Amino acid sequence: MGKRWTNRIALGVLWLCGLTTVVVLGAVIVYVFVRGIGQITPEFIFTAPHGVNAEGGIGPTIVATIYVTGLAMLIVTPIAVLAAVYLAEYAVQGRLVNIIRFAADTLASVPSIVMGLFGFALFYEAMGLGFSVLSGALALSFLMLPIVMRATEEAIRAVPRFIRWGSYGLGASKWQTVSKIVLPSAMPRILTGLILAMGRAVGETAVVIFTMGQAIYTPISPLDPGRSMTVHLYTLAMEGINMDAAYGTALLLMVMILLFNVSARWLAARNRRLKG
Amino acid sequence: MTTTPVTAQTDSTEGVAKFSVRGLDFYYGDFHALTGITIDVAENAVTAFIGPSGCGKSTFLRCLNRMNDLIPGTRIEGRITLDGADIYGPGVDPVDLRRRVGMIFQQPNPFPMSIYDNVAFGPRLHGVKKKEELDGIVEQALVRANLWKEVKDIMGRGGLTLSGGQQQRLCIARVLAVQPDVLLMDEPCSAIDPTSVQKVEDLMAELKSSVTIIIVTHNMQQAARVSDETAFFLQERQGEPAELIEFARTAEIFTSPHDRRTEDYITGRFG
Repeated sequence: MGKRWTNRIALGVLWLCGLTTVVVLGAVIVYVFVRGIGQITPEFIFTAPHGVNAEGGIGPTIVATIYVTGLAMLIVTPIAVLAAVYLAEYAVQGRLVNIIRFAADTLASVPSIVMGLFGFALFYEAMGLGFSVLSGALALSFLMLPIVMRATEEAIRAVPRFIRWGSYGLGASKWQTVSKIVLPSAMPRILTGLILAMGRAVGETAVVIFTMGQAIYTPISPLDPGRSMTVHLYTLAMEGINMDAAYGTALLLMVMILLFNVSARWLAARNRRLKG
Repeated sequence: MTTTPVTAQTDSTEGVAKFSVRGLDFYYGDFHALTGITIDVAENAVTAFIGPSGCGKSTFLRCLNRMNDLIPGTRIEGRITLDGADIYGPGVDPVDLRRRVGMIFQQPNPFPMSIYDNVAFGPRLHGVKKKEELDGIVEQALVRANLWKEVKDIMGRGGLTLSGGQQQRLCIARVLAVQPDVLLMDEPCSAIDPTSVQKVEDLMAELKSSVTIIIVTHNMQQAARVSDETAFFLQERQGEPAELIEFARTAEIFTSPHDRRTEDYITGRFG
């Protein structure tokens, strides 16, 4: 076998392996779409379930999902961004900073069910917040914290030295430079990280089942309980009640997360254009 | 800052020294980058720093507004005075110093905000809030930077949408808006097109009546065109600190240099 053939075969194998990702994604999307699209009606999206919670719509679960994710984002953004500013701009690079980074990376890999259990112990039991949107948001923010923090840190580091020097050269202090120049310059990439973390939170099941509960309820106050779309999906499917509604819910979830990912990519691309 | 103006001990004919540097040594960690620099930079004139790459001229420039303070592990010995006051003295805030000693970089670096906000950035930092006052400062700075005519109708547009040469003049306007005494220019023309180079050089000639300008340049023709005095820096051997070889009126440096190394560099024998 000549060199040319081995080259062709290697290329073919690599190409197939690369294609696998696309095929898997395509298969999941197509399957969920085909099974779920028939369910998607205004009633399904906006009304509450009835009967044994298997008929009717999934309105309250959509509200609970958006509510808990939004609240988690509000909690996590200032903490994660300020932590990243400290790490990237202020901290003396050394052991402590490396420990913080290692902790963040490890936190990101803690199984979400463990995070849920911990959230239950801390927010439900110890702090007495009960099954509530607030408990859920706090637990989710633990999950999002390392993602947003590392993304922000990378974004801050990517701001060119020349831009900072321009600011210092005008007599700006460090904080003025960081808050007025560095963070705005890094904003598109920070938002990208935030959106990806939100996508992760929307799709999270274990954490919210432990902390927000499973009650079908349209939460108004942060102390109200609620059932997320993922938990609802699990109940619909595994208690075998209504597979069609399960696929309808799955489709809506996928659309939401896809929207998050697409907007993150769009932001990143726009950012590159602005710089280029 | 306590300022006690001193009469400069200078052999130049340009009058008062703006910066007086005595026996300056500079280190990046263990690396000894500059040694024994002694120079008087004349007020309201253009002084050019020339020399081959890596000869420490940009490093020296950054000593003059303490920009090197931002690089960890750097150390300085010797004395630099601005209008007679030690800029490394106790109680000197580098932030205040950099306001008086503005800097233009090789790469135009507009902030990711509108043209107006770019120029208003410095004055706002220093407490100017009134819209009319800011408008006045912004217009004046853009006029002085020869950019006003080109941008007066697009002030809300992003600074990064301008051409490279316009961006560099925007950066100059941004610095001028804080009314510096001194403008340090670190190869300001090496990343812009020839037409813009011409504009920036014209601008330097106009500005020098009110601002002391120090320019680092690789381009000897540029040094000859724009500067009144020229300093030649050289690192003679790899690993050894760079020195100031010769400092004189530009015409003299380019027509009858005293040092053979200066002559060799200018006639293109190395560098």
